[in-house]
Amino acid sequence: MRTMLRDVAVLTVRNLLHIRREPLQLSDVTVQPVLFTLLFTYVFGAGVLLPHHGSYNAFAIAGLLALNLTTSSMGTAVGLSTDLASGAIDRFRTLPIWRPAVLAGRSLADLLTASLCATIVALMGLIIGWRPEDGIARMLAGFALFLFFSYAISWYCACLGILSKGPESAQGLGLIVLFPLAFVSNAMVPTQHMPAVLRVIADWNPVSAVTAAARELWGNPNPSAAIGAWPMQHLVAASLMWSTAILIVFAPLAALLYRRRTTE
Amino acid sequence: MDATIEAHGLRKRFGATVALDGLDLAVPAGAILGVLGPNGAGKTTAVRILTTLARPDSGTALVAGHDVVREAEAVRRAIGVTAQNATVDEVLSGRQNLVMIGRLSGLRRRAAHARATELLEQFELTAAGDRIIREYSGGMRRRLDLAASLVTRPPVLFLDEPTTGLDPSSRARMWAIIRELVGDGATLLLTTQYLDEADQLADRILVIDHGRAISEGTAAELKAQIGGARLEVTLTASDRSAPLALAPFVSGEVRVSHDGLRVRAPVRSEPGLATRIVRALDDAGITIDDVQVHQPSLDDVFFELTGHTVEDDQDESVAA
Repeated sequence: MRTMLRDVAVLTVRNLLHIRREPLQLSDVTVQPVLFTLLFTYVFGAGVLLPHHGSYNAFAIAGLLALNLTTSSMGTAVGLSTDLASGAIDRFRTLPIWRPAVLAGRSLADLLTASLCATIVALMGLIIGWRPEDGIARMLAGFALFLFFSYAISWYCACLGILSKGPESAQGLGLIVLFPLAFVSNAMVPTQHMPAVLRVIADWNPVSAVTAAARELWGNPNPSAAIGAWPMQHLVAASLMWSTAILIVFAPLAALLYRRRTTE
Repeated sequence: MDATIEAHGLRKRFGATVALDGLDLAVPAGAILGVLGPNGAGKTTAVRILTTLARPDSGTALVAGHDVVREAEAVRRAIGVTAQNATVDEVLSGRQNLVMIGRLSGLRRRAAHARATELLEQFELTAAGDRIIREYSGGMRRRLDLAASLVTRPPVLFLDEPTTGLDPSSRARMWAIIRELVGDGATLLLTTQYLDEADQLADRILVIDHGRAISEGTAAELKAQIGGARLEVTLTASDRSAPLALAPFVSGEVRVSHDGLRVRAPVRSEPGLATRIVRALDDAGITIDDVQVHQPSLDDVFFELTGHTVEDDQDESVAA
């Protein structure tokens, strides 16, 4: 048991060192949150009208968290496929390590990176006028929902990384899947004015559930409260159920795919 | 059977390609086996199976007494691997790589750091220890690769083409390091496509082609397989009696060039051969401009065994 934890810890630190040294991956979790916050609040913010004259900046922060965490989880796919292509994982496989430590170390490093990303978004939010209005406990609960979701999605991205042929195709695959997931949601705009089909998708999108749950917990404007779809009426439950379901499906699948990919 | 590395009838195919076609090999404790073969001969596949990275379709292999499939974990504890497709981490520094591998191999933090420092020094990488691998030269990187496989002082080492792509001086340096390792009593399996490398480093050489062993022996034994040396004499003037004068030394077909000036023949190796040949020609009144006796190289052996011709000889054949 101790050696298992040690293997996971050593590989987690290794992956964090990678993120620190890779300008692209680092900017995904540091520069991108700052850029997105400024772009969306100042460029889009003026054009989006919220019901009851709510503040767009207060509305946007939960959405920006969703956007940044979802798109930066692509790093999991890229990192894993890079390691598979470069032979780094083959080197690990010649060592007497606990086999699942490679995937566990990857997802743990991504959870820590996501926390950094979330902190930067929150600090940007505080600067532009966002406030968690309902106390520390509910503020932390909101962040916990986001990090749980981000952790679950990183297992989904691990599957993409293992299935893809190389880092570039992992990046491409991630982009195609994660951007619609992040944008066809209530993250940046209320769903009320979307075309009917898109609105149904957005209201049932896990990203919408997590985002609206955080808005509710933080006392921020939450136009989704007026929507009848089940997830929008049971925000915390829906968000936990989505994240759990994603985790239950994709964590074992990633383990299985990894096993298959590394068996010759 | 008490070989440290042994394989029986290893077969492996990837789709329609047969990588290994019933490979047998054995390396006694403390010995160095050089596995020699061209690209695509199956060298890397053999190493991947012996180091637990791949499973054979059939056949068995034992490393340090453990089955590579059923007891892979025990095999991994006994081996060090340096292979081009199982590399060190480019983004970490040399030191971070060595420490990481030490920790993953079960060393405590302090011991892993101490061992890393020791290895960096031994491989003359101390100054570069804290630079990331991406900034290393090819030779430095390969030395670090080798150091990384020695972190736990494993008794069995696999080096898959350790000097492929290196410049001559870096190769010479790697050879010196590998020879030193052998002095430490490790059992070593080394693959290479360079004949001089196998000749320089290995006790025994296994020649493989198309996934199976085609010959095995010491460098001297392999050379003996294709007979003795090759003689090449350049005459001052064409002389039809030259083949006759050389007959006592010749072990095969004598070839004379079109202008009658160059005579070539395989000859039996013996001490003082060149002197005796010159004397015999002189006694026959034949004057020569040049005489060369080539001891066979492993290149000759390899081409002989794999059926490729060494050079395109356009000389005429003359019965001796």
